[in-house]
Amino acid sequence: MSVIAPKFRLSYFIKSILDNAFWAITLLTLIGLPFVQVILFYLELPVIGGRLLDPYLALTILADPSRQIPLLQSFIQTDFFKIAVFPGFGFAALLAAGTIFVERKMLAKLQLRVGPFYCGKIEGILQLMSDGIKLLTKEIIIPAKADKPIFWAAPVLFVATAAAFVSLIPAAGGGWVVADVEVGLIAVFAIIGFFPVITVLSSWSANSKFPFIGGIRALHQMVSFEIPLILSVLGVVILTGTLNLTEIAESQDPFWWIIFLPIGAIVFFIAMLAELERIPFDLPEAESEIVAGWLTEFSGMMYGLVQLGSYLKLYAFAGLFVVLFLGGWSGPNIWPPFPEEIIEKGIELGPVTAHFPGLPLLDQQMLNDVLWYVIKVVGVIFFILLPRGVFPRVRIDLLLHIGWYKLIGLAFVNIFIALGLLYAGVLGPEGIL
Amino acid sequence: MTAQLPPGLHMEKVDERIMTLNVGPQHPGSGHMRLIVKIDGDFIVSCDPDPGYVHRGEEKMAEYRNYITNIPHLERPVIHDSCNVLYPYCLGVEELLGVEVPERAKYLRVIASELNRCVYTQYWLAIYGIFLGHSTMFMWPAGDRELFIDMLEKMTGARVTHAYFVPGGIRNDVPANFEDMLLRRVDYFEKRIKEYAAIFYDNPILISRTTDAGVLSREDAIRLGTTGSTLRASGVDFDLRKKEKYDAYGELDVHSNVLKAGDSYARSKIPWLDMLESCNIIREAVRKMPKSGSVRVKLKPNPKGGDDEVYKRVESGRGSLGCYIVSRSKPEPYRVKMSVGSFRNLICLPYLLKGEKLGNMPAVYWSLNYWPVEADR
Repeated sequence: MSVIAPKFRLSYFIKSILDNAFWAITLLTLIGLPFVQVILFYLELPVIGGRLLDPYLALTILADPSRQIPLLQSFIQTDFFKIAVFPGFGFAALLAAGTIFVERKMLAKLQLRVGPFYCGKIEGILQLMSDGIKLLTKEIIIPAKADKPIFWAAPVLFVATAAAFVSLIPAAGGGWVVADVEVGLIAVFAIIGFFPVITVLSSWSANSKFPFIGGIRALHQMVSFEIPLILSVLGVVILTGTLNLTEIAESQDPFWWIIFLPIGAIVFFIAMLAELERIPFDLPEAESEIVAGWLTEFSGMMYGLVQLGSYLKLYAFAGLFVVLFLGGWSGPNIWPPFPEEIIEKGIELGPVTAHFPGLPLLDQQMLNDVLWYVIKVVGVIFFILLPRGVFPRVRIDLLLHIGWYKLIGLAFVNIFIALGLLYAGVLGPEGIL
Repeated sequence: MTAQLPPGLHMEKVDERIMTLNVGPQHPGSGHMRLIVKIDGDFIVSCDPDPGYVHRGEEKMAEYRNYITNIPHLERPVIHDSCNVLYPYCLGVEELLGVEVPERAKYLRVIASELNRCVYTQYWLAIYGIFLGHSTMFMWPAGDRELFIDMLEKMTGARVTHAYFVPGGIRNDVPANFEDMLLRRVDYFEKRIKEYAAIFYDNPILISRTTDAGVLSREDAIRLGTTGSTLRASGVDFDLRKKEKYDAYGELDVHSNVLKAGDSYARSKIPWLDMLESCNIIREAVRKMPKSGSVRVKLKPNPKGGDDEVYKRVESGRGSLGCYIVSRSKPEPYRVKMSVGSFRNLICLPYLLKGEKLGNMPAVYWSLNYWPVEADR
């Protein structure tokens, strides 16, 4: 590996570094600086030393880093931060990327092999990045007879829909959700309803046989599993009396709903696997029958976008499961409190003492919430990944049989349990618990 | 249609409901072959297997080489089962030349043959697993296969293409301490493949998916001339190791596994049961084998057969594998014809897939214990 190439020339090497540096600076200037300006436009600029933070004063941040803190603080309170970074896309994409890596390593351990190993020296942690670069640099091939606008739009729409789904999932108490909708649960199902449409559009527009069969399969599967999915959460709604996801999560203060409604949780979990097209329900992508199903004609980053969308969807479903059944972000307080002396006395950095007046940026309660939420979500994702190593694929008729006969029946049993608990006065607004 | 067609050609009538899928040769669900599948909705109307993409002319090549130099290339059709592919050829040449194989070589042949059957079956099982979407069942057999590949490497010097059987015995004797290592590995291998039941054969999704898929009745199995695991899964007790006891199988106690269901599940279970049986045969063969002695009869250089013809067959990983050799008093055979189990099992695929669901196609196709390269030879 670490052998110098036989035709190595130092001058070429330096030239390549200079070329790369040129492009990095150019791209930073053309994209990065406008991006920063756009962010600054949305920020409520702080007053520092009786003076609004203008570009001249902004340069003094370099000399006194503590002046960044008010800037960061006002950035955290913007909607842009919520959409792009924390409960929104960035957080979800990070968890999704972690999911892909954990899936590959875990499956490898299960199957007595190593998994990604070489890229990044330590257990192949950079494998995902190299895969992403590979997908980005690959040629995108469009079938000659495809309906091109729709075919191009499908992956983008898929990611957009998945991101919209992510935006409804609250990640911590105190309004840490992108879209705090009063009827959040209904909005979730409204968004889930778009996925089969996008799938069928993409498979139809590819104008190819295997994607077509895969798309029809996906349509059957998603439509028939949406019904048990919706019915299984009705129990939670009956007991909570609200559709707002934040309120549902906070309503499970002493007891999680999975304790009272285990059947509903199981039905929701199985229907979730089918909605996510994961093994054992990955019929729309069954490779030994229909090549790659509705993904067959996608290549390069179009395929990458669909994969990103499906893992975002996986995170969102896991988050929804946590919010509905596992008590959301509730948990004992284990996050250490912010050290008081930093706020009061500041930190001594050699000759100067730095004061950070805006600290802490995020309060202890919120960080604790996020910690518990992430722990639970990761646990649920683990159980979503696990069947891939254990089960073969089911057949479409068996799948529909499971969906229409068994899961819907069980979902109704769950509703009756919820009603029984409500009218027996155990739970609900006037319950004893 | 007003267009005039040349005489002898006719237009095929196409139902608009019917869609034709070319499964293969570049399809993850086919081997080196093509299945032309016509489907109506989710149901298969007709299936037309189209092998021949990997035809290499092994039989014709055999006519230009003498009896000894034929050995390395005649095993190429199924390199995973190379000992069993060479077995009938060696038996036939021995009969032509009138050579009696030493006793120890006969037992070593049995051991190599059974090891190779396990290696082949593990490979087949791995592909059966991944065809059903079970990726763990792809990795486990592919890994456990290495146990016996190592043993075969110790015996023969090569991992996959052994060229171990020669007319008159086997090429080399096994190294010292081979028997102990073999018995230990056989025990571990048996323990491992018994674990497959928990994750694969007793899996409720697998059972619900493969039972009643592609049922081949006893009568049809005999009428279509199937062999090996396909035949035994349909309730016909036909195992050449028991019926025509060649070499050392006469002294060994061979139990042939028979199931009555004749569906994809039974067809997939028979090779697995055969592997367990192979472990028993290997143990017994090691026990009864003479501990020393010659393993090869020295032949004359460029041996010639008489004006004679001979047909020998053995039970390979895929069923009866026959070799028909015609000799015309020359160092080269006049004709070598291999009758392989893969091709005979493939014949029943159109009958099995008719009326099945598309989702059953890989489960039925690969359960036939078919190896595309062997069918094309």
